[in-house]
Amino acid sequence: MDEPQPASPPPGADVAPEEPAAPAAAGRARTSRAGLGARIWRRSRDWVDDLTGFSSLIGPILRHPVPRARKSAWLFVLGSATLFVFLLQIVTGIALASAYVPSSGQAYLTLQFIDSTKLGAIVRGLHYFGASAMVILVGVHAIRVYLMASYKYPRQLNWLTGVVLLFLTLGMAFTGQLLRWDQNGFWSAVVGAEQAGRTPFIGNWFGHFVLAGDTAGGATLSRFFAAHVFFIPALIFLFLAIHLYLVLHHGISEPPQAGRKVDRRTYRQWYHALLAREGEPFWPNAAWRDAVFGVIVIAIVFALAVMIGAPAVNAPPDPTIIGASPRPDWYLLWYYALLSVLPRWIENYVIILAPLIFIVLLVALPFAAPGGERSPLRRPWSLFIVAGIVVTIAFYTHLGSLAPWSPRFDAAPLPASVVGVKYGPVALGAGVYYEKGCEYCHRISGYGGIRGPDLSDVGDRLTADQITTRIFSGAANMPSYTGNMTPDELSLLLAFLESRHIVPPATAAPAGAAPGGNHP
Amino acid sequence: MNPDEPCPDCAAAEDLPRRRFLERLSIAAGAIGALLVAVPSIGFLLGLRRPTKVWRAVGNVGDFRVGSTTKVAFQDPSPLPWAGVTANTAAWLRRSSETEFIAFSVDCTHLGCPVRWLPGANLFMCPCHGGVFYADGTVASGPPPRPLTRYPVRVMNGQVEIFTSPLPIT
Repeated sequence: MDEPQPASPPPGADVAPEEPAAPAAAGRARTSRAGLGARIWRRSRDWVDDLTGFSSLIGPILRHPVPRARKSAWLFVLGSATLFVFLLQIVTGIALASAYVPSSGQAYLTLQFIDSTKLGAIVRGLHYFGASAMVILVGVHAIRVYLMASYKYPRQLNWLTGVVLLFLTLGMAFTGQLLRWDQNGFWSAVVGAEQAGRTPFIGNWFGHFVLAGDTAGGATLSRFFAAHVFFIPALIFLFLAIHLYLVLHHGISEPPQAGRKVDRRTYRQWYHALLAREGEPFWPNAAWRDAVFGVIVIAIVFALAVMIGAPAVNAPPDPTIIGASPRPDWYLLWYYALLSVLPRWIENYVIILAPLIFIVLLVALPFAAPGGERSPLRRPWSLFIVAGIVVTIAFYTHLGSLAPWSPRFDAAPLPASVVGVKYGPVALGAGVYYEKGCEYCHRISGYGGIRGPDLSDVGDRLTADQITTRIFSGAANMPSYTGNMTPDELSLLLAFLESRHIVPPATAAPAGAAPGGNHP
Repeated sequence: MNPDEPCPDCAAAEDLPRRRFLERLSIAAGAIGALLVAVPSIGFLLGLRRPTKVWRAVGNVGDFRVGSTTKVAFQDPSPLPWAGVTANTAAWLRRSSETEFIAFSVDCTHLGCPVRWLPGANLFMCPCHGGVFYADGTVASGPPPRPLTRYPVRVMNGQVEIFTSPLPIT
C-alpha cells in the first residue's frame, strides 16, 4: 500500500510522438541536444497542464470521434473555414480599428492615412476580401447543411443558431462597407435608414434611430461603428459558442445516404453505434482537411489583398456633392438591382415582408421536417430551391454590376458617325435627344444607358405616331414629356429617331444591351 | 436522489423556504443591477435625436434666376462639432416666379439617394434605382412612391431662407 505509485502519464501524453531512436554515432551530439529540448518542452507542458488541467478539457474535445465522411469529406470543411476567416476578420479588424477614427468628420481622412501605408493598404484588403470570403463561405455552408439535411433531429438548434449567424454576418457586411466612410458609405447609411423606415408603424422612428439623429451627421458613423465593432461581434461570439457547443454535443452529422431515414426514436442510438463501429478521432484524422482548406482560403484572401487590394476610397462624404452614385459592395449588389426593377406596389412587401418570410421559412424548416430522408437525391426539390436562389442572386448581381445600370449621367452627345449627318433636322434631332436626357437611359449604336429599350433600330420598329405616343404618355420607367418639349423639338426628335435603322454589323451595339425591356 | 445535491441528507424541508428566498433574492439582485446599467445606456442610445429647427439663409434673392433650379447648401440645424462635411445638407431651390421659391430635399423619396437636376430635360434623376421627378417634384417614373419632399422656404431681408427639417424618411 505504501509503495509509491508509478507516476501516471499526464493526459494527452499518449499522443506525443515517441522519440526516434538515435541514429548510430553520426549525430549523437545533436540528438542529445534535441533530446534536451524535447525534455524541457515536455516538462514545461506537463507543468502548465498540472496547474491548468487544459489537456483533460481540450483532449477529449480534440479527439472526439466523428463519422468517416469518405467521398464527401471535403464538404465538411466549410463551417471551420468560415470560422477561420472570422478569426482573420478579428485580427485585421483590430489592426484597422487602431488607426481608424470613427468620427463622421474624420474617418475619411484616417482611411486615406491607412491606405497611404503599404501594410495598412494590405490589411484593409485582407479585411475586405475576408468579408467577401466570409459571406460566400457562410452561404455555401448553409447550402451544404440544407442539401444534406443536417438540420434534422437532433441538430435543429445547430441550424437555428446557424441562421442567426448567417444574418449577423450579413449585418457585418453591410455595416462594414459603410465604415469606408466616403460618399458611398455616407449614402449607404441614408439608404439603410430609408429601408428601416419602411417598417410599419415605427418606420420613421426606426429610420432616425439608425441615423442617430434627424439627419445623417455627426452621430451616424459612431452608431454604425459601435454596431460593427462591438454589438454584432458580441452576438456572433455568443451564437458561435452555442453553435460549436451543439456541434460537439450532438456530434457532426454523418454523410447522408439515400434510403437511410432519420427517426428521432432511434437516431441517437444508431449514431453512437456508428461512431463506435467506424468513428475516427476528429484530431487529426478529420481536422487536417479543415486546416488545409482553411489555409487555402486565407492564402487566396491574402493574394487578392496584395494583388487587387480593397476598393478605393472615393469622394469625401459630403452630402452637398450631388454627383454621388452610391453602390453597395458586390455581396449586396443583387438586392440593389432588385430594388431598381421591382414594380412600385410590390416594393414595401419585398423590403420588409420578403426577408421576414425568408426568416420564418428558415426557422420553421428543421421543425417542419425533423426526420425522414436526408439525401438530396431523395429530396430533389431542395436542389431546385438552392439552384433557384443561386441563379436569382447571380442574375441580379449581374444586372446590378452592368456599368450604367440606372441613368448614365456621363453620357456624351452622340458622335457624328452614329448620327450619320452633320446638318439638318436629323442632326438637330440628335441634339434634342441628348438635351432631353433620352441618352441617359436609352442606347443607340452602343452609346448611352441601358435602363430603357435600345433605340438603335427604332425607325424599323415604330412609326412616328407610335414614338410620339410613347414620348408623351411615358411608362412606368419613362417620364412623360408632355409640356416638356415644344412641337419643334418633337418634330426634330422624330426625324432623328425615324432615321434609326438596323446598323451594319461593324458598328453594332456591344454586348450587354437592355436587360429585358423594362417598358414596352 | 440527485447526487449533485449539495446537502442530500440535511432536513431539506426545513431549509426549503430559506433556499427559495435566497434564490429569489439573487435573481432580484441581478435584475436590479442589470436595470441600473441598461436603462441609462439604452435611453442614451434612443435619445440622440435633437429635433431643433431653424431657418438657414442660402443666398440672395437676386442670385436665383426666375425659372431656374439651383443646388444650395446649408448647415444642419444642430451640427455636432466633429461632424465635418457631414454637417452640411443640400437642397434644390426652384425660383418659380418673382416672389415664389420652392425648396426640394435632394433625397429621392425611394431610398434617399441624392437626385440630380438635368436642366435640359427639365427632370430630376436619381442615380441609384432610376427614379425620375418632374420640375415640380412630382414623380415622373421609376420606383419613388411620393413627390420630392419640400422644405419650407421664405424670403427675409433679401435672403432666401430654408427651414431645416429632419431627413425625410418614407
